[in-house]
Amino acid sequence: MVEESQSLDGKVITKPFMVLAALVLVGVILMLYRYLFGLGAVTNLSDGYPWGLWITYDVLVGTALGCGGYAMALLVYIFNRWEYHPLVRSAILTSVFGYTLAGLAIFLDIGRYWNGYNLFLPWHVNFNSVLVEVALCIAAYVAILWIELAPTVLAGHHQNPKAREARESLERWLPVIVALGILLPTMHQSSLGTLMIIAGHKLSPLWQTGLLPLFFLLSAITMGFAVTIFESILSSLAFKRPFETPMIAKVGGVMAWIIGVYLVIRLLDLLVRGQMGLIFQGNLNSFMFILENLCYLVAFILMVQPASRDQLRWLFVASTAMLLAGSLYRFNAFLVGFNPGPGWSYFPALPEIFITLGIIALELMGYLYFVKRYPVLPKIEHA
Amino acid sequence: MEINRRDFLKVSAGGGLMLASTLSPIPALAREPKVRLPEAVGILYDATVCVGCKACMAACKEYNHLPPEYSTPGSVWDNPLDLSAKTYNIVKLYKNGTGQVKDREINGYSYIRRFCMHCVDPACTSACPVSALTKDPKTGAVKYNKDVCIGCRYCQVACPYNIPKFQWDQAFPQIQKCELCYHRMAQGSYPACCEFCPNGGSIFGDVQHLLEEAKRRLALEPGKMAAYPLHRVDSREMRHRIVTPYQKHLFGEKDGGGSQVLILAGVPCDKLGLPILPDESTAATSETIMHSLYKGMIAPYVVLGALFYIVYKNTTKQDLP
Repeated sequence: MVEESQSLDGKVITKPFMVLAALVLVGVILMLYRYLFGLGAVTNLSDGYPWGLWITYDVLVGTALGCGGYAMALLVYIFNRWEYHPLVRSAILTSVFGYTLAGLAIFLDIGRYWNGYNLFLPWHVNFNSVLVEVALCIAAYVAILWIELAPTVLAGHHQNPKAREARESLERWLPVIVALGILLPTMHQSSLGTLMIIAGHKLSPLWQTGLLPLFFLLSAITMGFAVTIFESILSSLAFKRPFETPMIAKVGGVMAWIIGVYLVIRLLDLLVRGQMGLIFQGNLNSFMFILENLCYLVAFILMVQPASRDQLRWLFVASTAMLLAGSLYRFNAFLVGFNPGPGWSYFPALPEIFITLGIIALELMGYLYFVKRYPVLPKIEHA
Repeated sequence: MEINRRDFLKVSAGGGLMLASTLSPIPALAREPKVRLPEAVGILYDATVCVGCKACMAACKEYNHLPPEYSTPGSVWDNPLDLSAKTYNIVKLYKNGTGQVKDREINGYSYIRRFCMHCVDPACTSACPVSALTKDPKTGAVKYNKDVCIGCRYCQVACPYNIPKFQWDQAFPQIQKCELCYHRMAQGSYPACCEFCPNGGSIFGDVQHLLEEAKRRLALEPGKMAAYPLHRVDSREMRHRIVTPYQKHLFGEKDGGGSQVLILAGVPCDKLGLPILPDESTAATSETIMHSLYKGMIAPYVVLGALFYIVYKNTTKQDLP
């Protein structure tokens, strides 16, 4: 067995780590306030906009940013592209944090959290509900992600014979775990889009379509690739490691074609439904639609040409554009394009934003701890 | 390490199938729209008869034990501005221009009563993940069970009329909405709003009778005297009044898949704040997609099997973990 990953062995408690810890502390205090005085005390949510920043960012964008593990698993295990295998571990780590915290954020958002176990009681569960599919699938996938991460943790304790044994028996189950790890995100990432079908006329026709599940799935896969590239470049910079340019550039090439397919279907769908006119109304919806798809287009153009994607700078810009594009699409389809009727408006409250920042900070702290303590990042080949 | 051609074909075929099932205009497992329950009961609200006295609002608060809402500074009695977790029922005013003539769109005014429509094919019950919102199998009233509700508020996202309300100011919040006074119906009575309506603006009854009554009214000749039943559609207590012109639209007959609350008005319903809805409930659209992909979990298991086979083959060929 060849070790292709290594830990960084740096100090865990650094200045940035402490700044993140302070943000987490602020978030925790505000969360306590939320549990004592209700959701209205810390959010700007209303009966018109019952879902806000937490659902849109923490759950929708958070899990899409957590799709690195899913996208890379598709590429490596299904399309048999083993040259990308060194990127899998760090991608899974980001996924673990993205998904686990999205799962926890749900418990912050739901009002009657103490009844949450009813989601797992078949006699209460409503199998017609899209939210059931999303909730059960995300819960199962969080468990699968931790199992996928386990070999990394066990490899970190390689002197221990028990850990070695556990790791080997875990690896026998690998095909089942990986297959589940691909099926579950395919199901719930598409269902996240299906969630809005039932909102009907309340969602602008720029986003309301029967193809919502397909668009959410494709954007999740492209965001998964983008986050893998983005994270690889940032961690090379932060930890002063050599860049993984040729490998991540090729991932970018794969991504470009999926974006291309997405954009074609997206525009055809608007055309067939006769809603193209809505793009040029000059209102907030048109502006956000154009911005969202411009980001997609930038990512596509930069990634599709080898001349630009082989340059680290453009690769970074392209992956950022893709992450923005997918995030904007999610914000637009759940908040910007959502109009419950006259008299309602929503912009997140400051405490609401700070709780989300606290969650992001916790995610980053977890990442920093893991890459320093466990063999996550690809091993540097010394010439 | 090229993509094996056969594997590629397999994956593309699987992906193609999934794509086809989402793209296909008539999915294989279309969820048929739900039809009216034979014994469904409901309310007919006639804005041309309503005098805006708000007796229904006071009765609703009293019989549902709801607190008053003080919405303006220094208010001494209940004056909600809209539906809320404290107000299940409200009478609103439409006014245009000089507002001189009742039930006229231009330079006129109209009352409009808003509360749960008790849809034939409710989006809220389809959305609710834990069956906290359910449609009574006999009366068709949409009821709420706080003991299972997880407070996810998907019902609020789903409802085309924004009816379910959430207690934002509570640490242990509930969803609140009109439940068609099912607690009163259980005792042989009927919704308080209809019992206390003095003018016949709101009447209770079997939905079939209410539909007949509404169509009778739409056929009446404006300017002539006609009889309007009070409180209940089968009541012998009648009020005689001069018929004012109706919009030829019985809201709730088909809108959004139909509802057990029916609305007649002299002003177009969209002007009164009611949404313009297609004849199919979004619940049917949403469930069609879900059933096409997940019925019996057959598709997920097939995909899982295929994925397992490919991963197994690809990993055993490798000398890597």
